[in-house]
Amino acid sequence: MRKIYLKSITLTAFITAVLYSNSSVAQLNLNPNNLNLGEVHGNFEANAQYYIPDSTIGAAEVPEKMLVNGYANIIYTKGKFTAGIRYESYLNGLQGYPSGFKGTGIPYRFATYKADELEVTVGSFYEQFGNGLTIRCYEQRSLGLDNALDGIRLKYKPFKGVYLKGLVGKQRSFFTTGPGLVRGFDGEIQLNEAFAKLADKKTVITLGGSFVSKFQTDADPTLVLPQNVGNSAGRFSITRNNFQMNGEYAYKINDPSQDNGFNYKYGDAILLQANYAVKGFAISLNGSRIDNMSFRSDRTAQLTNLLINYVPALSKQHTYSLLAFYPYASQARGEIEYSTEVKYKIKKETALGGKYGTEITINYSGANSLDTTRIKGEDRGHLGYTSNYLGVGKEVYFRDLYIEITKKINKTWKGSLIYAHQIYNKSIIQKPGSPSIHSNIVVADITYKLKPTSALRLELQNLQTKQDHQDWAYVLLEYTINENWFIAAGDQYNYGNEHVKERYHYYLVNVGYAKKANRITLSYGKQREGIFCVGGVCRNVPASNGFSLSITSSF
Amino acid sequence: MFFEHTTADLFFYYSFNFIAHMKKIVLGLFLITGLTAATIAQNSEGRIIPSVDVKTIDGKTFNTGKIANDGKPMIIDFWATWCKPCKKELDAISEVYADWQKETGVKLIAISIDEARSSAKVGPDAKTHGWNYEIYIDENSDFKRAMNVGEVVPHVFIVNGKGEIVWHHEGFVDGGEDHIYEILKKVAAGEKITE
Repeated sequence: MRKIYLKSITLTAFITAVLYSNSSVAQLNLNPNNLNLGEVHGNFEANAQYYIPDSTIGAAEVPEKMLVNGYANIIYTKGKFTAGIRYESYLNGLQGYPSGFKGTGIPYRFATYKADELEVTVGSFYEQFGNGLTIRCYEQRSLGLDNALDGIRLKYKPFKGVYLKGLVGKQRSFFTTGPGLVRGFDGEIQLNEAFAKLADKKTVITLGGSFVSKFQTDADPTLVLPQNVGNSAGRFSITRNNFQMNGEYAYKINDPSQDNGFNYKYGDAILLQANYAVKGFAISLNGSRIDNMSFRSDRTAQLTNLLINYVPALSKQHTYSLLAFYPYASQARGEIEYSTEVKYKIKKETALGGKYGTEITINYSGANSLDTTRIKGEDRGHLGYTSNYLGVGKEVYFRDLYIEITKKINKTWKGSLIYAHQIYNKSIIQKPGSPSIHSNIVVADITYKLKPTSALRLELQNLQTKQDHQDWAYVLLEYTINENWFIAAGDQYNYGNEHVKERYHYYLVNVGYAKKANRITLSYGKQREGIFCVGGVCRNVPASNGFSLSITSSF
Repeated sequence: MFFEHTTADLFFYYSFNFIAHMKKIVLGLFLITGLTAATIAQNSEGRIIPSVDVKTIDGKTFNTGKIANDGKPMIIDFWATWCKPCKKELDAISEVYADWQKETGVKLIAISIDEARSSAKVGPDAKTHGWNYEIYIDENSDFKRAMNVGEVVPHVFIVNGKGEIVWHHEGFVDGGEDHIYEILKKVAAGEKITE
């Protein structure tokens, strides 16, 4: 911890020095237009919840009654210099949030100096190389994920079209850092910029490569664990007219960890994406094969902690609650995933297009296990299994067929209609031993404009499944009173639950006020127990009942 | 880690109580210096656009410090392919964009915050919607952070001809584009934005 204080002291001293150097100038020249002490900006967010126990839905009693998460970012900029801090407070952390978030502190502070070709950052920073297969440090506040690095980062552009990055640091783990060191290097060349001959060519090509290594001492009494583990990747991106393609391949040496049952097999990942788009029509194809690619700066870390890399899920990201009821999360242990999307806009002033045109989206995505064979008999290398590179495993992890039609009928009415069929392997994604869930989902979203900035919006959703908690219905009515105020009421009803006594209603009422960049939302109601995922990371949210207040502001 | 084994390090190691006080002092100092700077920075109408690397749709690196529009106003709009209100807003503006451009010379810069998971869909999405905007991808939210955009998108900024951010707004309600246009007309006419 003392390092944190020391660094903040140094930072403050630096800023004070910068400011003082200017004040002395100001005394000499009193023209206010010449005064430039830089700028301060930031944002603030607070989420408070008052809990009322409800044994029927499983909302436990919270001894503190009220829990609050708060965040404030303050960024100071002056010319080429930027410094910032984030104050965080968990008094105490909201339910379902990782329990390591306790108390208050400044876990994030940095200073950056940028001279045209060189950028230096000390302190906390976020970074992503390529698609993130080797490293991705980011903040996903809703999940309680923050794996920022604390250390040094350099970015350098030696020539036109050439971008180099180097970093070293330790990853954030709640209010401290993890035990492992992370070192990384990334290089990228944009051929059309780097070579004058290619500048006017229609084909745009970018190539890149990265290497990330972690170091953690081996204190294991029985196993000989690699202390340094390297993960390297190469990538490309090609664009020509309306066609675009990009891909990345990553290879990681043996990295025994709790995630992979301490096997000594190498890991690798390939990601390929291609798309073709013209006005009114687009098609995209995406595929990936992931094998043993969990990569953390602590071998025993779990959940959202100390993840170094990022394995993108390719399935469609849903925002309607029943479509996102059973969300897929990419499986870093191993999976084959694919996704295809076609978008078509039927032209205006045609029979099907009507006055404003009609938009159709069809997405099909899926994930399966790898085609693996367990090593029988003596496995001297502790490899665990072998995998057939071109094969697809039989186990279905996820499927999602999604069809959406969006149409503006006239100036007052518009709406979307969605049908989806999903298969969700709960046993793999959430809880071993659960059945796979097959569901059919229908969503209608209708907006009726009352006045220029006043509208009524109705969401009707239905999910039907024979597994898990069976059928659900969801109704939401949202009334936008004007640009500043909205009120919404919704009910999620488990009407088809085979246990008649458990056919609960989860109602929720929201009132929101927003002006400029300030937003306040107050809600009252019940939240069902559920899983909330972004990318390859999920968080279980326990059932709750009560009031919640959320305030965000930026300045 | 560059403070390892310095005399100061050892000094602080043995004086934790002192550190606890220092922490408050440091924070106080930081805030005071910050606030002073904020007061004095009022001379300009708003902050300038921070310079951060983002990607173009064809995979090139682009520095946001180069965002410019020949002395005319700009709109910077943070959105994502999975965000319905964001797309509603960009669609609504798209319908009147030609008129806005004629009246104010405005240029709209749409910044997608899609992650690697969906960033390949940004180009196709923009094309099918027929948006004539300048589009960039901010895959790891670097620009989003530098612009202090919170957890809510869409988030719209209006930038005046001098490149200063003079207005911003979170969220979108149907008809919200009219308000943006009112502000934009004032900015184009060189009026100061007070709201």
